[in-house]
Formats: sequence, structure tokens, C-alpha cells
Amino acid sequence: MKRSRITECNDWFLERFPLTKLWNDHMAHYYAPKNFNFWYFFGSLALLVLVNQILTGIFLTMNYKPDAKLAFDSVEYIMRDVNWGWLIRYMHSTGSSAFFIVVYLHMFRGLLYGSFKHPRELIWIFGMLLFVALMAEAFMGYLLPWGQMSYWGAQVIISLFSAIPVIGDDLSLWLRGDYVVSDATLNRFFAFHVIAVPLALVMLVFLHIVALHEVGSNNPDGIEIKESKDPWGHPVDGIPFHPYYTVKDLVGVGVFLLFFATVIFYMPEMGGYFLEHANFIPADPMKTPEHIAPVWYFTPFYAILRAIPDKFAGVIGMGGAIVVLFLLPWLDRSPVKSIRYRGGIYKKALCLFVISFLALGYLGTQPATPVATGFARLFTTIYFGFFLLMPLYTRWEKTKPVPRRLTPVHSLEEQLPALIEEITVLKPASTEIGHTAFKGSSFSRQPNPEGIKNVISRLAKKAIGSLD
Amino acid sequence: MKNLIALFLLLLVSFGVAASEGIELQEANIDLSNNASLQRGAKHFVTYCLGCHSIKHIRYLRIALDTDVDQKKMLKDIAPEGASIYDQLHSAMNKHDAEKWFGTQPPDLSLIARSRGADWLYSYLKSYYIDPKSPRGVNNLVFKDTAMPNPLWQLQGEQHAEHKKNIWGDEYTNLVLKDPGTLSAGEFDIFVNDLVNFLVYVGEPVQLERQRIGKYVIFFILMFLVLAYLLKKEYWKNIH
Amino acid sequence: MNNKGVDQSKRQFLTSALTVVGAVGTGYLAVPFLAQMQPSAKAMAAGAPVEVDISKMEAGQLIRVAWRGKPVWILNRTPQVLETLTTLDNELRDPLSQESIQPESSKNPARSIKPEIFVAVGLCTHLGCSPTFRPEIAPNDLGDKWKGGFFCPCHGSWFDLAGRVYRGVPAPTNLEIPPYRYITDTQLIIGESAEEASA
Repeated sequence: MKRSRITECNDWFLERFPLTKLWNDHMAHYYAPKNFNFWYFFGSLALLVLVNQILTGIFLTMNYKPDAKLAFDSVEYIMRDVNWGWLIRYMHSTGSSAFFIVVYLHMFRGLLYGSFKHPRELIWIFGMLLFVALMAEAFMGYLLPWGQMSYWGAQVIISLFSAIPVIGDDLSLWLRGDYVVSDATLNRFFAFHVIAVPLALVMLVFLHIVALHEVGSNNPDGIEIKESKDPWGHPVDGIPFHPYYTVKDLVGVGVFLLFFATVIFYMPEMGGYFLEHANFIPADPMKTPEHIAPVWYFTPFYAILRAIPDKFAGVIGMGGAIVVLFLLPWLDRSPVKSIRYRGGIYKKALCLFVISFLALGYLGTQPATPVATGFARLFTTIYFGFFLLMPLYTRWEKTKPVPRRLTPVHSLEEQLPALIEEITVLKPASTEIGHTAFKGSSFSRQPNPEGIKNVISRLAKKAIGSLD
Repeated sequence: MKNLIALFLLLLVSFGVAASEGIELQEANIDLSNNASLQRGAKHFVTYCLGCHSIKHIRYLRIALDTDVDQKKMLKDIAPEGASIYDQLHSAMNKHDAEKWFGTQPPDLSLIARSRGADWLYSYLKSYYIDPKSPRGVNNLVFKDTAMPNPLWQLQGEQHAEHKKNIWGDEYTNLVLKDPGTLSAGEFDIFVNDLVNFLVYVGEPVQLERQRIGKYVIFFILMFLVLAYLLKKEYWKNIH
Repeated sequence: MNNKGVDQSKRQFLTSALTVVGAVGTGYLAVPFLAQMQPSAKAMAAGAPVEVDISKMEAGQLIRVAWRGKPVWILNRTPQVLETLTTLDNELRDPLSQESIQPESSKNPARSIKPEIFVAVGLCTHLGCSPTFRPEIAPNDLGDKWKGGFFCPCHGSWFDLAGRVYRGVPAPTNLEIPPYRYITDTQLIIGESAEEASA
């Protein structure tokens, strides 16, 4: 009897809401390529971090006070007097850095496998809007602790707007609502940070996923799996997202949480990168810290800003570094998507781009000495060169033929036994130590220098060879 | 490729050189599980620092619970006369007077260990020397022209600066104890170290608790990870 | 993607195991979030026991002190009032305070440690309004039956001067007596019961 009552309720609900259809469309019958690799974890992880930020953020607002006189102390109040406040705050502060790590890797995946190319241009555009919204969210959130770095960081970034000709000064005044960053600025940033931008983020995530599920996921081979279907209309190289990728993403979640928890519990400041030392001093509008640097995730763009010796041009350069990413689908003229089938030029260009992005990130945290500025200019040139020369080098370079079906995947677990076989050698157990208890196995594996050398040289050759 | 790597190395070296300038800090021995040291540090703080510096983000009760002191003993031996166990460590100093005397308000020290670091504090407190040219008569090697007079001079004694040159011709300054104080050099080191240890604790009282809980959380996540991995393997064994 | 040779029981077991671990983990994660809404150390410090000096209280005088943000009344009752209290039992809902909240030391007809000094939380047990102190006997607005007590203006509940509730009014139980004890003859500490202090 009871059973049927539950079924009745179930039916009542399903007749009025397409839950089964939604589940099937987006999970159980959403076919994803079966060859997703490591790089494909970061989309779902970004979603996880977003949920973490929203959840911990809600609980932080319960005790945070968006008032210039109270803000700094209220954060310390959360850290000390509120039950478990420290954990929730660290989850939020570590989460913001984790968000950028995950999103940068997610974007890099797009560069690797051409996920931004036809027919996924709109997914990329939504993704880029998400990235911009995320930067706005992080920037405004960083003001809230009202420490020295919060204050002077906001002061510097808002002053960027004053570089815009004609309207600049009025615009930055309007943004601050005061002549300097002040209580008014803090209060409005709070409003944007806790409701306006998160709403935009959630809506953009929705659009990003809807657009993705319309055209289907790309994959490391850059092949459209919808082009080869079985008689039932399912892609032969596709597998249902649920259960296959739900269980796989759970593994990704586990690994991510392992790192996340390690940072939260053992290194929440991350050596001054996640929580900057100077931000433990309350904001003082009379005194700038000796060395101010934005949080690490903004430093590449900050380094570009500083590299250009003109205020307005610097702002244009910094903005351009982000705008140029929006144009990526149209800058890339290569007929193939994945790096696997591209020519050597793109591989080298991407390599240089990654190096210059990381180097700019490092330079942004350092004081602007003449040497550092010189390097920053070099890397800024490479950064823009990667994008602006793309229409040329992607058209010229010779690509490899793309197979029609996905190439088989060799997982590490399959390769591991052979690898162990190669780098170790079976030797009789040395008995002179006298471990009589272990006499049962008279052979043991020991490292084989010859084998290790072979493996390393093979890997090195492969790495060099793969650049062409 | 090779050029790039060389460039990168050059970059690192050039920054490494830039970073090594300045005064070398002495290393503080921080051990937050050493309750005796923390209790001594709390006592030192109340005696020598609380006159001017508050640590308004912690309560006597929290210190008593965390360093395992009886609450009555805390009020009797460590806290100043008349304090309640629920009180935060407020300083009695008038802010206007402070402004007049020191030209600046003595900062709250709740987070000083997180902004400056333990080694800096340890070195700073040990690096006062007699400087007739300075308006206060003393100066500090770590924090030049500091507004704070040396609160511990009776304990440490008077140090004088000796300017020397090393074999490469770079100038450096040595501090020499000319007029010993009430504590021997070794005792004074322990004294300062206890104080700094206490300030590190005050910077983030939950540190030990956080690390203790972390072990369980990480163990739990590992368990989750193993199960998730086995499940993934089970589902994926037919996917080729 | 054939499902031949799938070990359903292994899948089932692993799925259940992972669900259990995940659920336990989520449960543990919920604890900090729920606990953070509990009173903080600041609230607890503000709610710490309060010391009150009653040496200057006159007979019949009521003073109010704040404990945990709530009004606490201290009333110095005259012998006449104590006399009247013994005559009211038939009109009261819980004259012996069986169902009401008070420390063991105040569970007596006068509901206090020392008969003349009455201490109570000044919040009506109905919906939390603070009753008014009406010591006069049979005033015009309350009628002949009023023998002096506390009257709640919100919903008309009656309490006598021992905080005991009358029959036929909305309040269900007598006024709450907070834990309190005497440090000296003329000094009270509210928020710490005699039982706790001796333990």
C-alpha cells in the first residue's frame, strides 16, 4: 500500500515537472566522448568550487560587517569568536584561489584541444564572460577584509579607470562614491560581491552548460563524435555522462578535495599568496605598504599593466589581454582542433605562451625593478604575439590528418606494470643482512639504472618529437 | 628552447640576488604545543607590552583554555588586576596621549605575527642599540627609526652598534652588549622567544586545532577517494 | 560498451559504500555550518554571569538588571507580600512550580533562596513580552481580585509576586527563575547557580 502511495506522489510530480526528461537530457542520455583525460576534470570542479563559495559566503555574511570601522574586526571576530568561523573563512579564501587555479586549467584545456573552435564559439564566449565576472567577483571580495592590501589594491585598480580619456576621473569617482576608497566603496562592493555578481555567475554557468549540451563536448582528439552514430542514433564513441563521467568526476573531486583540505588545514596563507601578509594590517588611508601586489591570480595582467610605460596604454594593454581571449575562435584559422593534429608551430607557440603567462604572473608579485620591467615587456610581447600572430601561423602550418574515430586511450594503470618491469631488475635477495624471516621470497626487485635511463631518454625524445 | 631556459634561469638569479639584501633575521623557535612557554609569553606580554599595545582579538578565557591554565590562576597570575576572564586584552593607554608621546598610536598586536612573521619579531626585539643621533636615544637594526622605545632594555642591557666591513667590502653592523641587563644573554633569548611564541599563538589561536582536525579530514577524503576510484574502475572496465 | 560480465553486486556494494561515506562526509561538513549559528564567544562573554549589589534596596523596591540581554528582576518583598503569597494557591495554575523552570534552590512556594529577595527573568512565559510590575492591591483597571503581582500587557497574563501564573490566562507556566547565588549577604551573582558553584 505504502509503496503505491509513494509512486502516486512521484507520478503527480512528474506529470507537472519534466525531472526525468531533464535528468536524461543532461545526465543519463547525454553522450560524452569516451576519451576525456585529466584536463576534463576542471569543468565539474569549477562548479564544485562555485557551490563552495556560495555556501561559505552565505555563512560569512552572517557575521561580516560591511562598514569601514567594523569590517576588519568582524573578520577577526569570525576567525576567533564565531564557532568554526575560521574553517568557513578559510574555505572561502582558499576557494577563491582554487577557483582561479581550476578555471585557468579549464581554459588551458580549451587551448590544447581547440574547444573554442566551431561549433563551440558561443560556449567559449560564455566562458570568457564567466571569467570576467569571476575576476570582478574576486576583486570586489578582496576589498571586504579591509586590510592594507584590500584597500590599496582597490585604490590602484579603481584608479585604472581614471586613465580613460574625458570621462575617466568622473567614472572612477562614481565607482568609489567618494574621493578615495572609503566606507561607501566597501558597502557597494559588498552588495555587488554577495548578490549582483554571484547571480550573474550562476546565470552564465547555466548558459555555458546549456550551450555545451546543445553542441556536445569536444575531446582530446578534437573530433565530432556525433558524426559517427550507431543504428540507435547514439554516437559510437560516446558514453552516457551518467554513470560513466559522474563516477569519474567523483574521483576528480576526491583528488581536488585532498589538495583543498591540505591547504585549508595546513597552509591557509599559502606562503602569503592566498592570504597576503600585509592584509593582516587594518586598512590605513594614510600609509601605503612598501610593496603592494595583487593576489596571485591577477598578477599576470598586473604585470602587463606595469610593463607598458604609459598610463592609458597600460590600461588598454591590460584590458586587451583579456579582450583578445574573447576573439580566440576567430583568430585561430587552423583546420584542426586538437593539438594532437596541429603542426609544430602551434605547439611551440602555446609552450611560449604558457611560459610567458607564468612568468608574468611571477613578475606581477615582485617589485618593478628595471630588469623585471624589461622581462615583463618581453613576456607581454610574447603574450600578445601568441594571439595576434595566430591567424598567420595557424593557417601556414602543416597539420596532421585527423582520424574519423577516437584514438584508443592507454591509461597509466595499463602501462604501469610494463614500466615497472623495465626500470627494475629482479635480483636474488641479499641474504647477508640476515633477515631470515623473509627467506621465502629469494628474489626482490631493485632499481635498474640502465632501464631508468632508457625510459627517461625515450620520454625526452617523445617530448621533443611531439613538438613537431 | 635552450635560450628560453637560460633566460629563465637568469631571471631567477637576478631576483635571488635582489631578495638577499637587507638584514638577515634570526630564527625564532616557535612551538605552540609548549604551554609553559605560551604562559610565560602571556605573562611577559601583560607585564611589558599591554601598557601600550592591546591584543583586542583574544580573551583571557581563550588563552586560559588553549594554554591549559586554570581560569582563577589566569586572573591571579597573568591578567592585570581587576580583569574579567571574559575580557579581551585591551590596553589602558589613552590614544591621544600615545599620539603625543610617540607620534603614532601603538598598534594592536593581535595579528602582528601574521603580518610581520615570527623571525622578524624575534630579531626586532633583540636589535635595539644606543644611537645618540636618534631622538629617542635608541634605534633598531631591523626597523630603522622605530617609534617604540626598547621596552626590554632593563632585561637585555644596552647594545651598541659596530660598523664593519666584510671581505667583499660590504658594510655590515654588529650589535655588541656593552652594559648587561638583569637577564643573561641566554635567558633574554628565551624571554623574547616566549613572547614571540605567544604572539604567534595570538595571531591564530586555532592553529593547533586546525592541524589536528586536518588529519582526520584528509584521512576521510582518502577513504572517499579510494572508494570512488574502485567504483570508477568497476564502471569503466568495459569501456575501451 | 556491452554490459556482459558486469559484476552487479560489486557495483551495488561500491555505490552504497561511496554513498555512505559521502553522506557521512556531508553530515560532518554540515556540523561547522550549523554550529557557527550558535552563540559566539562574544555572545557568551556578553552573557556571562552578572554581579548585583542589593545592599541599598528598600523594602518593596524592584530593580532590573540585564543578563544575556534579558531583563532580570530583583524584588525586595515585604513581610505582608510574603503573607499574601501563601493565600493564593487555589487561584494559581502551578503553585508548587512543578512544571516551571527554576534552579533547585528556588523550588519552594516563595520561589527564592531568601524569602524576601525574589529574582526572576522578566519575560512572560507566553510569548516573551516583559510584564509590568503592579504591586498595588485591587487597582481600578485590574479589579478586586488583584493582590499585587506582574501583569503582562501583551496578552493579559497574571503572575503573583512570586512569578506564579494565575489560572485562566494565556501563559502556561510560572516566570523563569535564572540560576543565581549569593556571594555575600548583599551581593548576588546572576547566571551561576548555588549548585554549580559548590560543585
